[in-house]
Order: sequence, then C-alpha cells, then structure tokens
Amino acid sequence: MRLRTEGAQKVTGHARYIDDFSLPDMLYASTIRSPVSRGILIDIIFKEGINWDEFTIVTAKDIPGKNHIAMIENDWPFLVEKNINHYGEAVGLIAHPDKNMLARAHQFIEVKVEALPGIYQIEESLGCKQLLWKDDNIFKSYLIDKGNIDDVWSKADFIIEGEYSTEAQEHMYIETNGMVAVADKQNGVTVWGSLQCPYYVHGALVPLFGLPQEKVRIIQAETGGGFGGKEDFPSLLAGHTALLAWKSGRPVKMIYSRTEDMQNSTKRHPSRSRHVWALSKEGKILAMDIEFILNGGAYYTLSSVVLSRGAIHAAGPYAIDNVRVDAKAVATNHFPFGAFRGFGAPQSIFATERHMDYVAKVIGMDPIELRLKNFIKKGSQTSTGQVISERVDFKDLISSAQKSIGLEKKQKQFERDNQTSHIKRGFGLAAFFHGAGFTGSGEVYLASVAKARATADGKIHILASSVEMGQGKNTIFTGLAAQALGLRDDDIVIKTPDTKYVPDSGPTVASRTSMIVGKLVETACLGIRDTLIAQGYIKKKYQRAEFIRALKKFVSKNGPFECIGQYQQPQNVHWDDQKYQGAAYATYGWAVYMAQVAVNSLTYETTVEDFVAVQEVGKVLHPLLAEGQIEGGVVQAIGYALYEKVIYEQGRMINNQMTNYIIPTSADVPNIKVIFKEWNKKYGPGGAKGIGELPMDGPAPAILNAISDAIGVDINHIPLMPEDLFLKMESTNGN
Amino acid sequence: MKSYIPHFLMLKEKSFNQTLEKLSTGPGIIPFAGGTDLMVLFEAGKLAEGTFLDISHLKELAGIYEHKDFLEIRALTTYSEIKNHPIVRREFPLLYEAAKVVGARAIQNRATIGGNIANASPAADGPPALLCYDAIIEIAAAKKNRKVPYCDFHKNYKVMDLKMGELIKAVWLRRSKSFTGVKKEFYHKVGTRKAQAISKVCFAAKVQLSQGQVQEIRLAYGSMAPYPVRAKSTERILQGEKLSSNLIQLAITQLQKDLSPIDDIRSTAKYRMQVACNLLKQFLEGCL
Amino acid sequence: METNQVNISLNVNGKKIQITTYGMKRLLDVLREDIGLTGTKEGCGEGECGACSIFMDGQLVNSCLIPVFQAEGKKIETIENLEGKTELHKIQKSFLQHGGAQCGICTPGMILATKELLAKKSGKLTAKEIEEGLGGNLCRCTGYLKIFESVKQAEGK
Repeated sequence: MRLRTEGAQKVTGHARYIDDFSLPDMLYASTIRSPVSRGILIDIIFKEGINWDEFTIVTAKDIPGKNHIAMIENDWPFLVEKNINHYGEAVGLIAHPDKNMLARAHQFIEVKVEALPGIYQIEESLGCKQLLWKDDNIFKSYLIDKGNIDDVWSKADFIIEGEYSTEAQEHMYIETNGMVAVADKQNGVTVWGSLQCPYYVHGALVPLFGLPQEKVRIIQAETGGGFGGKEDFPSLLAGHTALLAWKSGRPVKMIYSRTEDMQNSTKRHPSRSRHVWALSKEGKILAMDIEFILNGGAYYTLSSVVLSRGAIHAAGPYAIDNVRVDAKAVATNHFPFGAFRGFGAPQSIFATERHMDYVAKVIGMDPIELRLKNFIKKGSQTSTGQVISERVDFKDLISSAQKSIGLEKKQKQFERDNQTSHIKRGFGLAAFFHGAGFTGSGEVYLASVAKARATADGKIHILASSVEMGQGKNTIFTGLAAQALGLRDDDIVIKTPDTKYVPDSGPTVASRTSMIVGKLVETACLGIRDTLIAQGYIKKKYQRAEFIRALKKFVSKNGPFECIGQYQQPQNVHWDDQKYQGAAYATYGWAVYMAQVAVNSLTYETTVEDFVAVQEVGKVLHPLLAEGQIEGGVVQAIGYALYEKVIYEQGRMINNQMTNYIIPTSADVPNIKVIFKEWNKKYGPGGAKGIGELPMDGPAPAILNAISDAIGVDINHIPLMPEDLFLKMESTNGN
Repeated sequence: MKSYIPHFLMLKEKSFNQTLEKLSTGPGIIPFAGGTDLMVLFEAGKLAEGTFLDISHLKELAGIYEHKDFLEIRALTTYSEIKNHPIVRREFPLLYEAAKVVGARAIQNRATIGGNIANASPAADGPPALLCYDAIIEIAAAKKNRKVPYCDFHKNYKVMDLKMGELIKAVWLRRSKSFTGVKKEFYHKVGTRKAQAISKVCFAAKVQLSQGQVQEIRLAYGSMAPYPVRAKSTERILQGEKLSSNLIQLAITQLQKDLSPIDDIRSTAKYRMQVACNLLKQFLEGCL
Repeated sequence: METNQVNISLNVNGKKIQITTYGMKRLLDVLREDIGLTGTKEGCGEGECGACSIFMDGQLVNSCLIPVFQAEGKKIETIENLEGKTELHKIQKSFLQHGGAQCGICTPGMILATKELLAKKSGKLTAKEIEEGLGGNLCRCTGYLKIFESVKQAEGK
C-alpha cells in the first residue's frame, strides 16, 4: 500500500506549518477590530504610554490598490473605511518586532464607533428590519422550477409540511489561520500561508496592491486542516499580512490565536428550509415545494455558490416530476459565512431526509419503503432536469447498510430493552447524493491546468495548485502519476503549490481534487509518455528503467519539458446558467448512511453507538485514504448534529474557546463501517468520483431520524443539544 | 497570548517556611501549583498582572500518606497520582471516579487537588467526592495551621475560608470503619462530551443502609450552585428512614430547594435541575 | 537581563539548555522559538487539544500550560526525540502504515500520548482504554478510528 507521501515528516514533527517559519528581521502582527456588529468607524485612538514609533500601523488609507477582496461581488473590504458590518471587523493592523508588545499595544488602543442596530436572524433580514444589501437584503436567489407544481396539489392524497433549520458550524482545523509575507514595490509581494487555494489569494492580492500578476507570489505551507475554512478566508489574512510587510519593508508574520480565529473567521451558513410535499396514497411523491434560505452574514463571499449547491441537492436523490426550490441567501451582521465541507448540501439534505421520515410517519409507511418508491435510477431526471445515465441502486446501498449494522437482530433486541431501560435505542437512515466538482459551468470557467515536467535526473515533477491538507492529495497524485507512467513513487515529485511555478488547477474544494485535477495530472503524465513514444525514445510497452533512461536522454538533448492536462468538459454534460437547468455535475456520489443511537432518558444525551457509511464512488484510488475521508467527515458531521453550537450575542461568538465549543473527542466516536461500491467509472482517473464532502451530508439527518425511532420525538433543528431534547421530550410528554 | 508577559513575575522560595513567610507579606503574591487553571486565564488575558509564587517543589505539600484512620492527600498531589493510588481506588471510589474524568491525562498529570479546591470552580470534578467523604482541609500559614471541614470551606462563588498568607496543605479523608449493611456509592458527571469536558451536572452520592433503612447519606453536587455543595436538607429527610418510592419522590422535590443551578454558556438551569433529579432518582431507586 | 527575566536550565531531548527569558513564558514557546524545536504545536493555548503535548520528567503534559520557570532542572522530551538514528519509532511507523495522520498538526501530540498510553499498560489495551486514553488529543481530520488502529498495531510490535 502506498504510504502517505509527506507522512514521514508529519509523524516526526518535521513538517513545516506556517508558524514554524521565521525570517530574519521579522515583525509580528495583530489586528485591530471593531467592538460592535454594525456602526460607523469614528476613530482609532492610540493612547499615550506606548512608543508607537516602534510599531508599523496600517489602516485603509495605506492600501495602494483597491480595498476589497476580489471574490464574486467585491463588497468585502480588507479594512474598514467607514462602515462596520460585523463584530470584529478589521479596522487597522499593527506589527512589532517583539511579539510580547502586541498584547501590550492592544491595552492602549481604543476603537471609537457610532453603533447602529444590527440584524442577525434570517427572519430579521427578510423582514428588512435594517437594510444591509441593496433594497431587499437578498444576496442571491435561485429558482428551480421543474414540471407544473401548482397543478399537483388538488390531485394529491397527502399534502405534508415541515420546517427545518441548521445553525452555524466552526471548522476547528487544529491549526489556526496564519500567514507570513514579504513585500516591496520593486520585487512585489510574496505570501506563505495555511491555505487551500493559492490562486484565490493571488487573485485577491493583485488588485489590493495594483501589481502585475507576476509580482504577486503565493506559496502554500503545510496546512493543518482546511475543510473550507481556508478556502475564501485566507485572502483577507494574506492581504493584511502583506499590507504590513509593504508598509514596514520587513517580513511580517500573523498567526491567529484560537480564540481570535474562532470569533473572526468564516463559518458554515445557518439555514432554514420549508418543505411541502404532495403524495399519492401509494407513496409516490408527486411534488416537492421547497424554500431554502441561507444566512449569508455581512458580505457576499461565496454565498451564491453555497446556495446553488444547496438548492440543487435540496430535492434529494429522488425522481420527482414536480419540484420547486425557491432559494435565497440573505445579509445579516454576522461575520460573513463561507465555505465549509458540503457547501450548502448538508443544510438542504438535512431538511429533505428529515422530512422524508416525517412524511412516512404521517402516511403510515415505512420510511425505507417510501424512499424506495421514489429513488432516482438510471434514466431518471433530477430536479434540474439532468438525466442520470449511470447505475444507481439505492436498494443495494440500503441493504448493505442494514446488513452491516446488524439491523434485524438489533432492532428486535432494542424494542424489548427500550421498554425497561432508561437508555432508548433506535436506528435512522439518510439517503443522499453529492455532486463532484464545481457546480454547473464552474469547471468550464475554472479551465484548470496541471503540468508534468520531465527533469534531467529522470524524475517527473507534478505541478498543480491543489494543496495537501490531510486529504491525501500528494499521495493520490503520486499514485496516479506513477501508475500512468509505470514508475515508482520516488520517481515522482509533487511540487509545492507556489503560484510562481504551478499552473492554476483551480481551488482545493468541491470534492474535485482527485476527480478533476487528478485526471489532469494523469493526462499530463501520459503526455510525457506519448511524447517519448512519438519521438522514438521508448516503445509502447516499456520497463521502468527504460523509461527513466529515455527521459534523461530526452532532457539532456532537449532540455526539461512539460506537458499539460487541461480541463475538458465531458460531452453530454451541459448546464444552462440562465435557465438554471441541465447537468449540474458530471457525476454524483450516491450514499446511504445509517446510525444507531442511544438516547439517555435521564441525561437527555444522545450517543451515536454504531454507524455505517455506504457509498458508490466510481473507483477507490486508495482505500486507506478514502476511508479516512469518510470516517473524518462522519465524525465532523456527528459534531454538526449533536455537539457543535456557536453561541452568539449580538452577532459576536461568545463561546470562542475549545473548552466551550465542543468537537468530538476520541471517546465520543462510534465504530464506523465504511463500504464502497464501484459501479460507474465514466469520469475521473480510473473512474474515481469526488468524495471529500459526501460524508458531511448524511450523518445529521440519519442521527435525528434514529432519535425519532428511539424515542418517538421529532427534532427538526441541529445542533440538537441535550437541553433542547429535554425541552422537546418534556413538551411531548406533557410534563 | 493576550497577557503582557513582561509584567508577570514568577518566584520561588527554597523552603516551605520561607514560602509561607513570603505569602504573608501581602495579598499580591499568588501561589502557583500545577498551573492548569492559572495558565488558561493567563493566555486569555484574564490573569491580573503580578507576582506568582511557585510552590510545586515543596515536599511538605507532596504525597499521599496512609494513617490508621485517615488518608492524607497533600495539596500538590496530582489527579493522576490520586487515580493511581490503590487506597483511593479501594476505599474512596468516588474520588477515583472523579480523578478519571478530570480533563484528560495530560491535565491529570499536572492538576493538583489543592489547586482544584483553591480555584473553587463550581464545576470542579473532585470536590463533590470530597464532600461525600466529609473531607477536612488542612490549612498552613506562617503563624498557625488549622483544619476546616470541606463542607464549610466555600462561602460563595470563589469566596472561601482561606485568608491571605494561607495555603491549602492537605486533604484528610476519614477511612471507613467496618459496617454491617449495604454501602452504595455513585458518581456521575454529565459533561459537554465524554472526555476533556467541563461538567454541566456532577453528582456524587454515598449511602449506608441497614435493612433498607438509611444509616448515613451524603449527596453532593457540582455545577449546581456557586460552589460544590451537599444537598443537606434532602439528606435530612432521608436520614434514618426506610427507602420507598414515596420517600424518593419527596427527596426529589426537596432537592430543588438545595440546589440553585444557573443558565450559562454550557447549559440551562432547567436542564440541570431535571438531570440532577433524574440522577438522584436513579441512585435511590438502585438502593431499593 | 530585564527585571522579570530569569536564567533557566533544562534538559531537552538529552541536551542541556540554558536560556534567559521571562519565567512566565510558556514552555511551548520556549521550545518552538528559543530552542527551535517546532515539532510541538499550538492548537488552542488552553490545554484542550493536546497538540502541544510533551514529556516532562517522563509524564505527558500540555506545554502551553507550563511556565518555563517550572521546567527548571526538568527533563523535557519532544516529538523530535522519538525517532531513532536510522529508523522511525514503531509508533511513528504504525501511524504511517495505518492512516493515523492526515493533516498532521495533531500528530506529534497524538504520538506522544500514544507512547505514554502504551508504556502504562502491561498487556494489551482494550478498545475503551485507547478511546479514553487519547481523550485529551483532539483530531479534526481522521475521526480517530485510524488512530486507534495505529495504536493497536503499534502495541503488537
């Protein structure tokens, strides 16, 4: 089995993360922040008692270029000029050679503001209690409209409504955000950092400094977890660090403390969903009418894309003739919500899969039977009219899940035990799907490129902007390259994502790194091979030693050469941006997750005791890494469902300590059985579909469905804390 | 790091007597043992700038000593040492259970029982066990030593019977005489998760029964009042009575008078009270 | 030397080290900044995550909670001390072979915690002992299962 490429450095403590870097003459940096969630900046007061000459101080007027982070809408400023739109918004930056002085300095800084009333809830935003964005607070809206939904209601035997909501979630990568920058007018800007998307940061810093592209260089440092939290956010931090470097002429390091990072970085969008379904008495879902709303926070960020993915997944893996999804992302005075593994789908799928179980209860049908009557199969159309042309067998997935968790035997036992024990056990299931790659035309716009370079020492260098953040990208790319060329792992060198050298392969997000970029790596390597064959250096069938000899010979004669793989949209995969219809993704992972829970009726605590994750993923490139992704995602989603609650006070996170924001420990995780099916191998290298986000979508609804099974109580909100379960059980029992 | 490190000073005195002398010179000198509470405040910028006196090297404050009628656990004893001590495990199982759930191993290796008591968090895991064992706190000072029953030690939230210049020296636990009858002990911490958690409700209970009649009962709670408390009026209505479903119901009603949980960042008063009642019910019904 | 600075001598990974610094400076920062051993990581600064775990006089502790003053005369071992001269420690090999490390930031602390866990028990650890024993080391990537496997497999060797 292929070992993790950079694994030896990681287990020995030699892997270098951004805070492990130092440069000579380096300054340490810190951010001056707004003490209110909404207001007008009046002044920053630097009081007597500190020698401010020793500090580098940056405010908005020091910005050489444009004061906005280049994203979809350019509305998020690097530094406040006048308007404050969220708590902790950066109003200034300071740096000093002695790290100790930063704490001292903050004791002598006062930020004077005129406070304005803020809004924090979706309802407040929709009600336009305050106007934060244009004339209706709506960042973006989408409408999916399939069939003739309004004709269906009169024909339905059942019309069933439900409302569901999810809260924010903090990424809690164990390594906080951090950057080191050097900058000057002559040489430009170089930033090293903990980040997922070097070219996003590059694209943000170019207009910030008004520099030509080649004068901005972004280099990824070993990254201690991302999960989307280092997708869009790093641009802000990189800009801050670089601005201080620009002004001071010295290297600058800015590392967020944990409490600072938790309070002042992006989180998962909170959501609210309303479902109204029409069914025939046989259990056919005739229509799904869905309202899906995301709380976007203070700035636009990637909310429209999160909304898009959430809306497209909202109807679930079901073949429904009439679907309406009315989706909106709205503005509030929260720290802007951003990317987080799953990216809208965990939110919308939570509602769909909870509603499915609820509907089954109302019509008196087994929830699995109800699903089986409505699943997508080959030839079905999705809510956006995409015809699924691959094998989709949910019956098989469900059967695997049930067998693996030992459902039949356990269910009988639990039915007995639940009557006498204070521990009530139950099972719940979620069926779902997750599109791999960017939504719609996203991959076409990205036009990603990967390169393979043949070098004089007979090595193949892989150049791509995809980052390693634990998911195993280095190992996968090494494997794909070695396999494509018939070489050994140590013949392949994965080059550091450094915008000076690597092409833009797109961001490391959206479950696309193996499937999309991996394919480009493979293509690029095959290009090297084909070049050598075409030029007669090797034959079609060759041994490794021959290949390396040929490579060295070619390079010594012609110099190092590169081949590229560039993204090609697969044929028959068309998306219409205007009509919002068509093939939203080239392919989907299909999954059924099943949870066994134990609800303690004395303490109202829910424990996930056993868990099975079954998914069809095309081809498993590396079983250990793939399982690691699923297991890690399941545990993160268990946190989302049962442990992780962001507590806000006027838009400010007040439980911003690891002590008070609870992620699962080793003592909190169930056994997780991971089962992969490999049916459809049309896309991706070897047929591999993206899987990074898939495991985030299923666990929360499966767990809440299991709680309903265990104690007959329907909870429609996550996170479900014991305090909430207690209140719900009390009101249900009429105590 | 939110504190300005250069404004903090740490010192140590060579001997125990010199340490006590130093502490008596003024209120600005704070004893520093394992640091697992103070360093968290330090990082958060919540520790007042000043002078800290390292006491971690003083052998007068170290060790667990077995006496005929008492177990003497000196203040610097870490929760790891408490957890691993055979007499604690055998004779003071509530304290053993508590030690197991303090933070996690790396914390247990540093967290001291003296520091835990002096920090006086209402959510501390050890104290409810100490209350059940009628622990006595030995307090040392330059002038005079004294002893205080632990159940009288805390007066209010972070207000305790510890004067300037005084240092907790040891915790004394009386070893049980043999008893014909049934003894039951119960410890349950409801935390935010199963490890490395601060408690929402912590319940320690010890009862001695003779033919179904309560000979002696202790009910102690953490996170249910401004400091770790015994539910004394609930104990009183159970004392000397024969356990029955009716009596248990009365006890649960009475419990609500002994406890004053609050809403805070971790939990709610209503939840806490309900869970405390449920755990008491579970414990007492287990004794029927 | 400024007023609140002290001279500290400690043994780090077998080497005698002398430094002059603030007594309240965290041992974590002294290791990383003054001594240049960056293998020990900061994840939270409050003793919750275990990323800063080291051995002090043979005991697993969170170095973010120790003022360097208290490390005077103590024997400190960090992750850098674990590997052999020519090969990795069996725990490191096991983590590599069984997927115990993903992003790697929790890994040094996790491996040292594993070392203490294995040292404390004669005989095989139960699953529960492993799960509870690592409760002070948070991981966000793996979901812990492959860490358990890595520990179990390291035990066998």
